[in-house]
Amino acid sequence: MITKRIIPCLDVKDGRVVKGVNFGGLADVSSPVTLAEYYSRAGADELVFYDITASAEGRKLFTDILTEAAQNVFIPLTVGGGINALSDFERVLSCGADKVSVNSGAIANPNLIAEAAERYGSQCVVISCDVKRVDGQFRVFAKGGRVDTGMEAIEWIRRCVGNGAGEVVVNSIDTDGVKGGFDLPMLKAVCDAVDVPVIASGGAGSMDHFIELFQTLPRVDAGLAASIFHFGEVAISDLKEILSQNDINVRL
Amino acid sequence: MIAIVDYGVGNLFSLAASFRKIGAETVVTSDVDVIASADRLVLPGVGAFGDAARKLRESGLDRVVTCEASKGKPLMGICLGMQLLFSYSEEFGRHEGLGLLPGRVVPMKGVIPADYKIPHIGWNRLNIKREIPLFRYIKNGNHVYFVHSFYAEGCDHALAATTEYGAELTAAVAMNNVMGCQFHPEKSGEVGLNILRGFLNV
Repeated sequence: MITKRIIPCLDVKDGRVVKGVNFGGLADVSSPVTLAEYYSRAGADELVFYDITASAEGRKLFTDILTEAAQNVFIPLTVGGGINALSDFERVLSCGADKVSVNSGAIANPNLIAEAAERYGSQCVVISCDVKRVDGQFRVFAKGGRVDTGMEAIEWIRRCVGNGAGEVVVNSIDTDGVKGGFDLPMLKAVCDAVDVPVIASGGAGSMDHFIELFQTLPRVDAGLAASIFHFGEVAISDLKEILSQNDINVRL
Repeated sequence: MIAIVDYGVGNLFSLAASFRKIGAETVVTSDVDVIASADRLVLPGVGAFGDAARKLRESGLDRVVTCEASKGKPLMGICLGMQLLFSYSEEFGRHEGLGLLPGRVVPMKGVIPADYKIPHIGWNRLNIKREIPLFRYIKNGNHVYFVHSFYAEGCDHALAATTEYGAELTAAVAMNNVMGCQFHPEKSGEVGLNILRGFLNV
């Protein structure tokens, strides 16, 4: 049976991992390559590299780093951030990415997902969606969660999957940063709407939150988090051990 | 020297990088002479079977791969590359493969329970049926990374490992010098690298 995946997300700006880290034995904790290797050894099932650079030089640095990571880490790599056109898919896939995550780019260009799925296959195209409750409705936000698009999220996600997205990352703005647990009602609504893998993001504050996620919503395939891993609050190896003890199927 | 056969399908970056990581020399090539003079061949592939089979045939590389394999040169197919080793596929019509292994490629749909997601994507456990050189450095029950919607059936005595996904699906096959993995060893962490190490010892 397929395992539940644990995915650390690395936000990269100007060639460095943005959020501070403090691990014993790691000399350079803000090096994306060092950190990626560390997580891979610790049992991460997949890695997300998120490019939050604005400048062209920063973007070049990002692809250099991605290339170096892909030469040293042999688990699936997903790349997101700044994916607005097919040429962006090409740019990161040629550096060793396996999947490409689209967010605002899909909102600005509704054909992007269909074109990318046609050219690279659905397994390569991930729709990442920042969602927040507005007037009792799940609403899609763009530009890093700053702009309300007015679109209803479940319908939007369903449309993206219909266009060929092979996986969905649901990031709840409502629970993000609160560390009170994943947004279970929002995730349930997405799981009920699509039949592709769903990755939960936003809200993880402890190992218990991952247990709660997978036990309450067996159709969620993966849990994604950043700061709790980067700050060493949760060690991936411990997390997977605890999940296994709670009869959640993971790769040890 | 390992030749990774480049017939215009898929991203070969990780595959070449993973062999490099274990100290093997590789060349990504579509040159018939290079393929003919290599010690070992890897047939990669992602995407649709019909499209890949056509590209392989149009490039003429199907003949050199078949010819070298029949001379006993070690050949490993990966993912769609493994599927191409069989007689035919039923993915969107019937398409002929290389016919190097017994079996055919069929959809998972209808075979696995309806509430199972397709593609089968993620880490799953290997049930090793038979010790083959690829498994020399790994253990039964190790996890490897899969991404596929079709699988090989009727592999007969070529079957080497399966994985459980609502049904028992073919995960690896081998017959003499010809072998293949449905999963991606180049994306399966240390276990995957150890499978590639096994290939170096074939």
